[in-house]
Formats: sequence, C-alpha cells, structure tokens
Amino acid sequence: MKNLKFLIIGMYFGVLIIKSEALSWFRIQEMFRLQSFHMYGIFGSAVLVGSITVFLIRKYQLRTFSGQDVILQRKPLQPTAHIIGGVLFGFGWVLTGLCVAPIFALVGTGYIAAAPILMSTLLGVYVYGQFRESLPH
Amino acid sequence: MKTFDLLHDPWPWYVVGPLMGATIPLLLFWGNRMLGASSSLKHLCALLPSKAEYFQYDVRNGYWNIAFSIGVCLGAAICFHYFYDTNQVTIASATVEDLQQLGLSDFSGMMPYEIFGISSFTETRYWLFTVVGGFLVGFGVRYAGGCTSGHGFMGLSLMSRASFLAILAFFGGGMFFTFFLLPYFLS
Repeated sequence: MKNLKFLIIGMYFGVLIIKSEALSWFRIQEMFRLQSFHMYGIFGSAVLVGSITVFLIRKYQLRTFSGQDVILQRKPLQPTAHIIGGVLFGFGWVLTGLCVAPIFALVGTGYIAAAPILMSTLLGVYVYGQFRESLPH
Repeated sequence: MKTFDLLHDPWPWYVVGPLMGATIPLLLFWGNRMLGASSSLKHLCALLPSKAEYFQYDVRNGYWNIAFSIGVCLGAAICFHYFYDTNQVTIASATVEDLQQLGLSDFSGMMPYEIFGISSFTETRYWLFTVVGGFLVGFGVRYAGGCTSGHGFMGLSLMSRASFLAILAFFGGGMFFTFFLLPYFLS
C-alpha cells in the first residue's frame, strides 16, 4: 500500500491532462503548427514551477516529508539516442496525438482507439528492449 | 455567450500549467520520486518474458510508476466523465482551416472521428495512425530515454542537457511530420 500515494498523485495528473486537453489530437496539431500558445504556456509554466522547486531544494537542502534527502538526478547524455529516438517519438506524437501520460488518460476516457494505441506502444517498448544493444546510442 | 464554468470547462493554460508543474514537488516531497510516465511502459514490458538485458532488473522498484500511470487513467476517467462538458475542443481557426484542407471535417471529441472512429476500423489509415503511431511513441520514448513528462517537465526543470536535446528532437520530429508527412498519411 506504500504505492497508494503514487496512485493518488497520478490521479491528480490525470485530471489535469483532461482539464488541459493535452490528450486532444487537435491540440497537438495546433501546437506543432504554432497556431496557439496553449500547449507552450502549459509547458513553460509547468517547467517554471518545477525549476523553482529544484532551485529551492538545492538552495535550502530541503528534505522530503519523511525527512529523507530528495533524490535529484539528471538523465545521462546520449546524443544519438535522444535525437533518433526523439524524432521517432515526434512522428508518433503527431500520428496518435498523444505522448505517454495522455495515452494512459485516453484509456480512462474510454475511446476505443486507446486499445490498439496502448498495445502498440507497449510493443514498441518491447521491441526497443530486444534490439537495444544493436542500436546506436 | 456561455460563462466560464470552473467545474465542467477545460482550464486556461495559466491555471492548468502551474498545477501540472506542482506534480513535481508533490512527487518529490511526498514520494521522493522524479516525475515520469514512460518508465512505467518499460516496467510493464519487463513483466513479460524476455532475455534482453534491458528488462533484467527487479520490477518491484518500478511498481510506484505503474501505480502512478494507473492513477492517471483513473483520474482522467473521473474528470472526463463528470467534469468535462465540452463536445468540441476549441482550437485556433487557422488549425481548423489547415486540417480542413487536409480533408478533415469532424472536429468533435478528443481525436478525429474520421481517423480513429470505430467505423474507420476497416481502413488502412486507422491502423497507420493507431498501430504505427503507437509503436513509434513506445519505441521512440524509450530510445530517447524519456517522454514529455520525464524529459520535458522533470528534465528541463533540472536543466539537463540530455533533456534539452530530447525535447528539441521531439518538437523537430513532430513539426517535420506535421508539415511534410502528415498530408500523405491523411490522403
């Protein structure tokens, strides 16, 4: 049951994915066509809140509610992987109109297309794992 | 003109954006975890049989992330069915015009019915957008090492160079596809 809090935080995030319409195929088109500030505003203001959080944790050595050191770690730099993987993800983002958290959100809305999308997303991850060693990183 | 209904309408970016960002301190202070969604896909795959080194680890350490993703699904379900009374997402008129030029006419719902609707089931296009699209999302995010949450929200907040590069690739790829390839996929 120690994972219950993560379920609750996930629910909070899921509500906001609906309220932001970040799972809308149309919103993603509007974003990539640079025709609205909506998604960029969400992105920018969310990163601002995140950055302030990180800054305060580092500056004041803030601890978690249970008194532990907060673990902050950057992802390792793998330029080739970020570029090739990132571009492929960008293609998929346009086709489905979804990034990963919105895929889970779409499952909740009950759209039937969520089923083939989630299944093939998992297949994509599985195939990546199988061939990881032979891909440039 | 309908007045704004906080409970049932979508929220403007300056309300929903900071609230989404608040997920970062919530996860850090309450659970000591960094925000991310795509790792849960990896953990779900690691539950399947595989000899690949990528999936050889104790998945129990990833249960929190799976719980988070199930939460996203539940939260979205509740919000969508009880607190979202919009038939059609209000998007820029320029986008509507562009998409009409590409042959779409139904702008209701979260995704174009003409592509993703159940009646398009027998069309190749349905499978291109769902299965090829989904595959590229899954393969791409794990190859890139994270998604819009992990690289985007969390990574950029940490000023990670890896995340800056990944985000540039996400948007570069997305724009390239939108302007140069999407017309062929839609025709």
